[in-house]
Amino acid sequence: MDPVKTATEKRGLEFLRQGGALADFPLLRDARAKEKLVFLDSAASAQKPQVVIDAVDRLYSSEYANIHRGVYRLSQVATELYEGARGKVQNFLGAAKSEEIVFVRGATEGLNLLAHSFVRPRVKAGDEILITQMEHHSNIVPWQLLCQETGAVLKFVPLTADGELELDKLPELLTDRTRVLAVSHVSNALGTINPLAEIVRLAHEKNVPVIVDGAQAVPHLAVDVQALDCDFYVFSGHKLYGPTGVGAVYGKMEHWRAMPPWQGGGDMILSVTMEKSTYAEPPACFEAGTPNIAGAVGLGAAIDYVNEIGLDNLTAYENELLAQGNEILGQVPGLRIIGTSAHKAAVFSFVLDGVHPHDVGTFLDSDNIAVRTGHHCAQPIMDYFDIPATTRASLGIYNTTADLEALAAGLLKIRKFFRV
Amino acid sequence: MSDLRELYQELVLDHGQKPRNNRPIHDCDHEKGCTHREGYNPLCGDKLTLYVKSDGETLDDLCFEGSGCAIFTASSSMLTEALKGKSIAEVREIMDEFIGMLTSGEKVADPEGLGKLAVFGGVKDFPARVKCATLPWRALESILASRENAEGTADGAINSNEDQTG
Repeated sequence: MDPVKTATEKRGLEFLRQGGALADFPLLRDARAKEKLVFLDSAASAQKPQVVIDAVDRLYSSEYANIHRGVYRLSQVATELYEGARGKVQNFLGAAKSEEIVFVRGATEGLNLLAHSFVRPRVKAGDEILITQMEHHSNIVPWQLLCQETGAVLKFVPLTADGELELDKLPELLTDRTRVLAVSHVSNALGTINPLAEIVRLAHEKNVPVIVDGAQAVPHLAVDVQALDCDFYVFSGHKLYGPTGVGAVYGKMEHWRAMPPWQGGGDMILSVTMEKSTYAEPPACFEAGTPNIAGAVGLGAAIDYVNEIGLDNLTAYENELLAQGNEILGQVPGLRIIGTSAHKAAVFSFVLDGVHPHDVGTFLDSDNIAVRTGHHCAQPIMDYFDIPATTRASLGIYNTTADLEALAAGLLKIRKFFRV
Repeated sequence: MSDLRELYQELVLDHGQKPRNNRPIHDCDHEKGCTHREGYNPLCGDKLTLYVKSDGETLDDLCFEGSGCAIFTASSSMLTEALKGKSIAEVREIMDEFIGMLTSGEKVADPEGLGKLAVFGGVKDFPARVKCATLPWRALESILASRENAEGTADGAINSNEDQTG
């Protein structure tokens, strides 16, 4: 190895092309060695690198105590690690202040928090909440619940045949009754990357705040919430190679300060008497109870891991895989890719003529190829394309062209078996 | 793919690709002895409407509409073929044996008693697919239960998600 090269160069684009990252993930490394596992389900949840596992292990082994409470040194160590992770999320999203980052269980909890504390106080009967037809159920159902409760109306930006948002319709859908626009940055079922800066600009022209579901975006592309100017940005740690049960919400401080608390409990108060309580400043007032300390620390380690490789390298590499995948899968007769936007993350959602996705999934599993089949928690997308389900191969930092070739070979075998 | 050949036997492939009794009963009305039940597998999107026509003694007609995988389609198709013309008591016996074969921890004493339906025995080795095979049977179970219960004749929806882990 050339000692002159920096760590970043060593772990850059060429490192990814050679499948170098696979060795960082013990489950994949061992399963690949034993049974040739091809893991193509990172959009559901990504595998974990050793550095994340180690960070969690180290915390519990030698750094653990409850945070924000103890005067003893160990508690201060844990507090610094937890708050340090908040700083890592801040830098990762390009937020101005670390206090603008609230830790949650994941994107789903983040969206529910915002529905409750940000949107609910702004909404009356007849007001409108605008989402899109490509949302994950977690960015649909909280708004349906809120509409049922308040009498507000849920509207959506429709899809095009390529699986893009029909943005021409956006200006007319943003009315003087629209109280919020909630939109995904990247679609989990289609892979489409939405033109977020433009969407935010159009919404802000009508004074409509924008909540972004970034769960599928952060593992694939660099995010700068200040450049995007979005009001909130929500993501999950586990899709970003971090632990489950932790995620974060970025919000502009002016919004956090104006929002009522969500859950009550310890750590979110300044003082409590039997009559009333006064609340801590954001972000503490939105983090009631002992948080997922190890999760946050693990997420911080995951962000360090991704940063070491570089999100720009990752995006460039995944674009290569996307182009190769389109070509390789294009050679499988009867295969139709659902979601053909020119701006996509490395996600291949597809149907195979004459074979249902569940049958495809079971056959691929017998070849140790792990894919997701079903509606991907995005039934409105399936309805739009008039299909019951798709097979989805979603790629991560550890996948290579060889994985796509294995997928195509598996699909050809399936066609032969089903004689289609 | 030796294990998969157990799962996707010729009979399953045939019924999966060319399902029998794959039609609705229009004007399915309780007054005329017809009950229908919708079934869903919410996790995978399998959808089914099962129609059963009975004089109270035997099942005179069974048919289904739906969309799903080969296992689900074949199970629905073979259910309608196997049970048409059978008495309700016979249907119950076959139904309990079929569901037991796929969901109980014990081996079914006499899977051959199921006739052609024993072909689904292999599904048990694929826990994620058990619910595909049981969906039409759970819909039938629900129809029989509602017919037994005078007040429970309302057409509703069921799902076989609890069968997921086999």
